[in-house]
Amino acid sequence: MSYCLQNVSSLSHSSKTPSFSKAGHCPRALFSWINMPVCVRAIEVCFSFVLQVIWDTLGNKQFCSFKIRTKTQGFCRNEYSLTGLCNRSSCPLANSQYATVKEEKGQCYLYMKVIERAAFPRRLWERVRLHKNYEKALEQIDENLIYWPRFIRHKCKQRFTKITQYLIRIRKLTLKRQRKLVPLSKKVERREKRREEKALIAAQLDNAIEKELLERLKQDTYGDIYNFPIHAFDKALEQQEAGSDSSDAEEKDDEDDDEEVGKREFVEDDEVDESDISDFEDMDKLDASSDEDQDDKSSSEEEEKALDAKHKGKTPLKGPLRRKRAYVEIEYEQETEPVDKAKTT
Amino acid sequence: MAKAGDKSGGSGKKALKRKAATEEPQEAAVAEDGATESGVQPPKAAAFPPGFSISEIKNKQRRHLMFTRWKQQQRKEKLAAKKKLKKEREALGDKAPPKPVPKTIDNQRVYDETIVDPNDEEVAYDEATDEFASYFNRQTSPKILITTSDRPHGRTVRLCEQLSTVIPNSHVYYRRGLALKKIIPQCISRDFTDLIVINEDRKTPNGLILSHLPNGPTAHFKMSSVRLRKEIKRRGKDPTEHIPEIILNNFTTRLGHSIGRMFASLFPHNPQFIGRQVATFHNQRDYIFFRFHRYIFKSEKKVGIQELGPRFTLKLRSLQKGTFDSKYGEYEWVHKPREMDTSRRKFHL
Repeated sequence: MSYCLQNVSSLSHSSKTPSFSKAGHCPRALFSWINMPVCVRAIEVCFSFVLQVIWDTLGNKQFCSFKIRTKTQGFCRNEYSLTGLCNRSSCPLANSQYATVKEEKGQCYLYMKVIERAAFPRRLWERVRLHKNYEKALEQIDENLIYWPRFIRHKCKQRFTKITQYLIRIRKLTLKRQRKLVPLSKKVERREKRREEKALIAAQLDNAIEKELLERLKQDTYGDIYNFPIHAFDKALEQQEAGSDSSDAEEKDDEDDDEEVGKREFVEDDEVDESDISDFEDMDKLDASSDEDQDDKSSSEEEEKALDAKHKGKTPLKGPLRRKRAYVEIEYEQETEPVDKAKTT
Repeated sequence: MAKAGDKSGGSGKKALKRKAATEEPQEAAVAEDGATESGVQPPKAAAFPPGFSISEIKNKQRRHLMFTRWKQQQRKEKLAAKKKLKKEREALGDKAPPKPVPKTIDNQRVYDETIVDPNDEEVAYDEATDEFASYFNRQTSPKILITTSDRPHGRTVRLCEQLSTVIPNSHVYYRRGLALKKIIPQCISRDFTDLIVINEDRKTPNGLILSHLPNGPTAHFKMSSVRLRKEIKRRGKDPTEHIPEIILNNFTTRLGHSIGRMFASLFPHNPQFIGRQVATFHNQRDYIFFRFHRYIFKSEKKVGIQELGPRFTLKLRSLQKGTFDSKYGEYEWVHKPREMDTSRRKFHL
């Protein structure tokens, strides 16, 4: 400041204050002060005291609306602030001559404020668009801020560098995949959750899976892995059936009917245990005639059990037609079969 | 007089059991006064004038009392009606009319004209010539790539691992920030047939993208109720390397058919029945439940199942014709909640 002051004193001696009305006649020397270091300008001298006052009040002691204080440091929220810290040298309010680099929509601009325009707030900040090329832009900054304090020049270039770096990063990231955030409506989410619960209850998954597996077992998709006896038996019977059924079926039915008419039978209880059947098996070997009947009964029991299992199968049965239950249709079969059947159980 | 009237009313309803009976005379009088009856009660009429409902009684205790009484009576009547009906049915025996089937949402489903008729030739022809035809003709066998969205968390990673044990011939690869569109050509060049991407949000998996690779359809599902193996109660031991069977339930419409085929094409053709493992995709009301079980036939009428692997539910959000392309893809079906969720009886799968 002392340096500035000296120059000013020499100035005031050398020339009167330049009057712009005499533009035509002014010798160059009169205007040479424009090119002198700006900090030397006369107006600044008058205002330097004012600026110091501004800093003393806002910056240091009293309230500044742009200032944010943390435990260790203060920050400046002013949009034209160069560094963002709250310092005497980087406060845009307390410095009459200030410059910043700001970025708008990908374009970098150099903003400058000089004391001559302090009275015209609308025209206070001068804006220069910087070149897209980094080096050329740096040269532009240098060119515009020639004779400005080193601090401001340096900080402007630093700020510009940072800005270009983040612009490059933005451009790179937009090429990559963007994460799209899709808003969820709470109402819809709740509704879907509830519907899912209800659907789960309605699905009865375990039952459905079990049913499907049993179906597949019946359809014989598993082949020979599982040999449940009645199952194999039914299979064998069906094969037999397919062979002899079509030709003999009708005849046998007629025969059965003829036999049935007027015949008395003593029919046992429906519920016969497996143990009982084994008894019948033993009795097989004893007598001929009575055995036959009992054989029939036992085999018919087996048949009916198998039938119950299969619900609707035509199982050939040895012996006369018997109707112990309502819907069973029994057919004739070879006499040797029952022995095999008994053995398989 | 009030007492007499009240008692007749009381006995008309129910035998008075409660101690509050003594309070009744006064309260009944209050109630009746409230119903603008004159002081002289008609001796034999019911306690309350017609058009009087229990909810108009001002006293809360009294109101509650009358309501419980009324409820008990309703229940009794209902039970009596049921018994009567049952007797009638038994009396009629065979000729009894069939039991009325209760209405369920699935019964009342809105008729969908895209429900596939099993004998439909057009559908059969379509299925013979669509992208899965090569799988169903046994020309290709599946090879699956399972991956996640960026930076997966523990749950998602574990789900991927468990899924890869469930689906045979599958590989898990981590996505390190790669774009799907770049992954897909690489997968195709390495002979993968399907790509599964599990999307994650806030440390839980919430989406599944299933893409059939050589230019096959891409389905985007919302995944919910994910249970990892250790969260399943009463589960069996870890699944073995045997190829599981598949069960696809209730995929009835055209859309359902194509989704069902998509799921079927994830698994190899030849299930090893010795392994006794089954993977189920059960569709109920547009929610697809995935379960993985081990079964055992206890007899030819009884089977026991034991849940093994992970379970989750899926809801189809969109089906796209080509491989994954969110911008320029051609969508075959998109779920639009405002239009499609209006009716509770309408389902699309």
